[in-house]
Amino acid sequence: MLALYVREVRLGIRAGSGALTGVLFFLAVVAVIPFGVGPDLNLLARIGPAILWIGALLASLLGLERLFQADREDGSLDLMLIADGRHMLALTVFVKCLAHWTANVLPLVAVAPLLGLFMNMPPAGLAAATLTLLVGTPAITFIGAVGAALVVALPRGGLLVSVLILPLSIPVLIFGVAASRGAVAEPDPFLPAFLILLALTLFFAVIGPAAAALALRNAD
Amino acid sequence: MRLAAEALSGERGGEVIFSDTSFAVASGEALLVKGPNGAGKTTLLRILAGLLRPAAGRLALTGGGEQWPDIRAACHYLGHFNAMKTALTVEENLVFWQRFLGQAQTTVSEALETVGLEDIGYLPFGYLSTGQRRRAAIARLLVSHRPVWLLDEPTAGLDRASEGRFAELMRGHLREGGMIVAATHLPLGLEGARELAMGARRDGHDAPIRSTP
Repeated sequence: MLALYVREVRLGIRAGSGALTGVLFFLAVVAVIPFGVGPDLNLLARIGPAILWIGALLASLLGLERLFQADREDGSLDLMLIADGRHMLALTVFVKCLAHWTANVLPLVAVAPLLGLFMNMPPAGLAAATLTLLVGTPAITFIGAVGAALVVALPRGGLLVSVLILPLSIPVLIFGVAASRGAVAEPDPFLPAFLILLALTLFFAVIGPAAAALALRNAD
Repeated sequence: MRLAAEALSGERGGEVIFSDTSFAVASGEALLVKGPNGAGKTTLLRILAGLLRPAAGRLALTGGGEQWPDIRAACHYLGHFNAMKTALTVEENLVFWQRFLGQAQTTVSEALETVGLEDIGYLPFGYLSTGQRRRAAIARLLVSHRPVWLLDEPTAGLDRASEGRFAELMRGHLREGGMIVAATHLPLGLEGARELAMGARRDGHDAPIRSTP
């Protein structure tokens, strides 16, 4: 399984550098907001966490449809399905999700504090937004795996994946933003929302790979 | 060990492609699956590998003990695609499959030497020619041990010398008590291999060509 993780991360970094595309898209989304909203610093600081989260959510959807499609096209997926008895397929999917997250989504989390500066967010807000992104974005990848597995046989499933998984990722977005706002806006609590976010990630870490494995097994 | 199929039938997209196919392969035996395009050779192999469900009939691997409980666990599947990543080097690809598939047999460098690719193991797989890619995929059969080899057009793209070397590999595998089920049009150079002739579809039409396997 470690071998699979290493391979997937290596592929993510070496082939086509999906991470850079995601980061640039994230940058584009966040950078245009101040121009659209206008130079109201208080307003920007208030909507900052939401913009960071929406940007990261959309950027992490990029390339998600290739999660299994690339393996299907070169025959690797067949071998992973055959190896089901040795490595449970859901576990294989889980490891692939982790690797995808490391190579494509972790860079987004890393640049989030920098982009938060565009939104005039205070240091505590930056830290909170980054922390919630770190904890919450794996959930989006796990949900995305289900969408990617469902459209694995379709040649252009990219948009369909986004449409399929966006409704499911709404709770993650809500609690992610609520927690990062709770860290700075005084009456709102940080910890409850953060813990629910953590629970969502753990929940989807179990449900997502299992559902994706089921979809992959019946894809042919 | 013995692999037996009884009254097997397979379908694609709700259409029966072949039906009532029975055969048995014992340790040290090879079975060549022959037939025109669309006769269901690939479908048969994919059913054997557990990638598709048979529409009817039974499949069993007996005598494998705890280590090889079913065909899926005991087989190497070499399909139309090589299951290698173009962005990784040949060695990285093979090292991954060896660690993922387990049951390490020969080392990666030995396997590369056996298929004659020892000098280009450091190249990205994407730089290789069609025949070299196929040889790298064949090397995958060697790095991990599996008693059953399911081969789908294994020699596609290979030159004469590589074909001979591959035939030698298959003979070695059979001598060690392995089994081979190969779908092919070309002679594989296996003496004494039994043949399973799969008929053309009864309605006389060619099966639709699938875009993906």
